[in-house]
Amino acid sequence: MINLPPAFIYIIGALLIPLIRGRRLQQAVALLIPVIAMATLLQMPQGVYWQVQFLDYELILGRVDRLSLLFAYIFVIISFISMIYAIHIKEMGQHVAAYLYVGSTLGVVFAGDLFSLFFFWEIMAAASVFLIWYNKTPTSLMAGFRYAMVHLFGGAILLGGIVMQVSSTGSIAFNPFDLSTLAAKFILFGFLINAAVPPLHAWLPDAYPEGTITGSVFMTAFTTKSAVYVLARSFAGTELLVWLGAIMAVYGVIYAIIEKDIRRLLSYHIVSQVGYMVCAVGLGSEMALNGAGAHAFCHIIYKAVLFMGMGAVIQVTGRRNILDLKGRNLYRQMPITLVLYMVGAFSISAVPLFNGFVSKTMIVAAAGYGHRPVIELMLHLASVGTFLSVGLKLPWGVWFGKADGSEDEIANVKEPPLNMQIGMGLGALLCVITGIFPQTLYKLLPYEVHFHPYTPSHVVASLQLLLLTLAGFCLYIDKLMAGKKSISLDTDWFYRIFGWTVLLFCRYPLNRFRNLVQLAFADKIQIAARLSKHPYALLEIVWYAIIGQEKSMTELLQRPYNEKDYRVPIGIGVCASLIFLFLYALIYMRVAG
Amino acid sequence: MKTTIRRRIMLAAILALFLLGFLFPNPHPHFWWQKIPVFDIFFGFFGSILLIVFAKWLGHNWLLKDKDYYNND
Repeated sequence: MINLPPAFIYIIGALLIPLIRGRRLQQAVALLIPVIAMATLLQMPQGVYWQVQFLDYELILGRVDRLSLLFAYIFVIISFISMIYAIHIKEMGQHVAAYLYVGSTLGVVFAGDLFSLFFFWEIMAAASVFLIWYNKTPTSLMAGFRYAMVHLFGGAILLGGIVMQVSSTGSIAFNPFDLSTLAAKFILFGFLINAAVPPLHAWLPDAYPEGTITGSVFMTAFTTKSAVYVLARSFAGTELLVWLGAIMAVYGVIYAIIEKDIRRLLSYHIVSQVGYMVCAVGLGSEMALNGAGAHAFCHIIYKAVLFMGMGAVIQVTGRRNILDLKGRNLYRQMPITLVLYMVGAFSISAVPLFNGFVSKTMIVAAAGYGHRPVIELMLHLASVGTFLSVGLKLPWGVWFGKADGSEDEIANVKEPPLNMQIGMGLGALLCVITGIFPQTLYKLLPYEVHFHPYTPSHVVASLQLLLLTLAGFCLYIDKLMAGKKSISLDTDWFYRIFGWTVLLFCRYPLNRFRNLVQLAFADKIQIAARLSKHPYALLEIVWYAIIGQEKSMTELLQRPYNEKDYRVPIGIGVCASLIFLFLYALIYMRVAG
Repeated sequence: MKTTIRRRIMLAAILALFLLGFLFPNPHPHFWWQKIPVFDIFFGFFGSILLIVFAKWLGHNWLLKDKDYYNND
């Protein structure tokens, strides 16, 4: 439709939005941009194009193949749905930040070289941090700073890797890397930070719950999944990723069980679900890579629905903690939000007929085909924990819950604005469509799919797992819901407490030591400094010491140098030079003779 | 009364899935536990309890801190 890289459609669009007068027109343009981008995507042939000469290198802004197209499709689809959800926001800056973020992610997806990859990678971090800051609370300000610091650090590591890679190979091509080189290790590290792989993940559950209600919906989709894309592109089949991914999957689930903040709980499930994808990328088989792509696709939709649902609850109640919501029977006031949320919850829990079932099972099966018993069991266990937290604990706590008499009223609770409901509804609809007709998704995957999710044994085994998780939940429901408001320690402790301690150590003990050293040497250094300006004073000091006259040293030194004080008749100079010449002659004759 | 009905429905469903598990065994088992038709019944039940107990224990003894823990200035 328009011969422009999709990244620039969004970026130019983002910059145009604030220039447009009239709110309706602005909204129309904001919704039109994803449509134009989608039309462009559908007409983009596979291949490599949009090459730009930059210095001595050739940048590639359009490396289009099945893998990049798959991610681009879902990014554009979700940007449209999220924008519908966010369209009532009057602050245009939020839309600008969101579309710069989407555009730069598409830039990453189609980047065929390391320079443009890095360029878009950094815009992604810079644009997304505004989606946190627009929440305008002190906590979101600080969380945003931490988010920015972590991503700038990750970006710097990535740049270090890229520079090493370019200087050692001479090529800026963004292709599979050989992990034995230091450059590849740096690049992998930069990617892993964005993929939120523990212990580098703490920025995610720290920042996402603090973002704006609509901004966080955008954030759930792009940063981690673009990291999955670059990992699939360049580190497929890396053994390390298999284990990191499986650990991630279980790690997120365990934290989610003890979490009470509704969006932070969902954030830990992003860590967990991205774990499946990272693990699949590590497995590296065609089936596993298909699974990673399919799961990224499905995850982006249902996670957006889940964040939209919880965002709606926060919007209408002003509360974000299960302990402030349980027992108020919110389901009576917001049934539509509940139903749409549950579609997302069934999807993430891989209930048959919902989209998680057609993608997650593919990854677990790929672990089976790869003969990885421990990995298969870990992923299986993470599935149990997913249904437990997102499918049962969260909706039970938010919409139902046992009243214990201490509950206060929540005033004016009703469904969120219509556009938010439409956004959720579209997301939920996609969850069901891809769940019931998996072929629509499978057609887009990078390799041919030989996997059938809906076999009787698959379905029965899934239902067994889910139903008995429900039984376990019912038995331990009180234990799960109990507790008081608290925060959970995570690896952000290292920069929030340890880093703070280092700062305090520098500020007080280390500074005091500096003062001591300075005091001890300050007067000596002052003397040396004055002496260097006024070296004759040294002779005077010695002279006065010899004749025994009392003169203070500082007084002598403080006297400014005055040329006239030391002026002598020219004869003395001539005499001195004659004496030296005579001495020289003597020495010369001794040596020569 | 209501809870007993719910409990009965649940038990019936578990029983039904137990039997279905024998009717539809996994045709391509990769590991020994996939040959057990009702493995997921046990895995779901004990897995969920294990996760809850372990996470709660970990939270109680180590991870959960007072909500002002990070307010350090």
